[in-house]
Amino acid sequence: MSQTAPLVLPADWRDFFALTKPRVMSLVIFTGLCGLLAAPVTIHPVLGFTAILCIAMGAGGAAALNQWWEADLDAGMRRTAGRPIPAGRMDRTNARDFGVALSFASVILMGVAIGWLAAAILAVSIVYYAVVYTIWLKPRTPQNIVIGGGAGAFPPMIGWVAATGEITLMPVLLFAIIFFWTPPHFWALALFVQSDYAKVGIPMLPVVAGEAATRRQILIYAVLLLPLSLLPWWIGGAGVVYGAAAAALSGLFLAFSVRVGLRRRTGEDDRMKPEKQLFGYSVLYLFALFAALVADRWLPVHG
Amino acid sequence: MTDRNESPSDSPLADSPPAGPAPADPRDIERIRRQRNLVMGLLLAAFVILVFAISIVKMS
Repeated sequence: MSQTAPLVLPADWRDFFALTKPRVMSLVIFTGLCGLLAAPVTIHPVLGFTAILCIAMGAGGAAALNQWWEADLDAGMRRTAGRPIPAGRMDRTNARDFGVALSFASVILMGVAIGWLAAAILAVSIVYYAVVYTIWLKPRTPQNIVIGGGAGAFPPMIGWVAATGEITLMPVLLFAIIFFWTPPHFWALALFVQSDYAKVGIPMLPVVAGEAATRRQILIYAVLLLPLSLLPWWIGGAGVVYGAAAAALSGLFLAFSVRVGLRRRTGEDDRMKPEKQLFGYSVLYLFALFAALVADRWLPVHG
Repeated sequence: MTDRNESPSDSPLADSPPAGPAPADPRDIERIRRQRNLVMGLLLAAFVILVFAISIVKMS
């Protein structure tokens, strides 16, 4: 790995915070909280807060380790060149140590305060993201997003297990929903930033297999996501509020994906509007779907 | 013949700033460290309160 420029100023606390990828962490916290609140067991607010804090710390630690490992790649991409390490505001060793410390602290605190099953799943998710996805899969295969998406699918499962103390079919379904949501979400992004990924040699699907294959894959995952998102209602784990919301949201997700799946880029000046709309909607989709899950559990609609 | 034994001050680059980042102001370094210490102190205090609250909940 190449050496970064020598630092003069110490790293600001804001740079350590930026290492944790706060925008990604907000989605992690939200889905973890939804898993916790949707569980059929009520947890004490202090313990619930602690569980979500541990999930956030674990996600932050994994994100810091990701930025430590990919500092050279981040320097080559416009989207990420401003991050603390490639921008020269932080030493790589500090980032690594921060990531490791935060990850360890999250697992230990989760185990001691909540339970060791939730802590074990949290530890698996951190290793999955920092090692399996970042170090092993991402530079090697265009299916990196598919398998690596599992890392982002853990939080609702961890939240559910933190509340109930056990793994059942429902948290597995919540995991599966995010697992199948991740590829179209990231491939939509990759379609309009593929030049950045190509420049640093990351084998994203649009670069390796081409745009047509990527659009086809987006469509396939969106088709699979629709029945999958309805399964929690189908098996009786969630009620009609969730079922109706899932049908509407996933239907719309499919509609956006069809627009992307069936079109081709018109030229260099193509603004990629359908792709950007799909990406933007995919974020809203996940928030709304999990909010509907919580609303279904807590709203006194059905007897 | 041209005298090639020029002194360094004759070089057209003699007045250029040195390569690399400019040394930071010690006041900036102190300010950043003070802010980091403050944030660290607040986080530690919050952690102590959290552990206390968890202990109360677990014992009740």
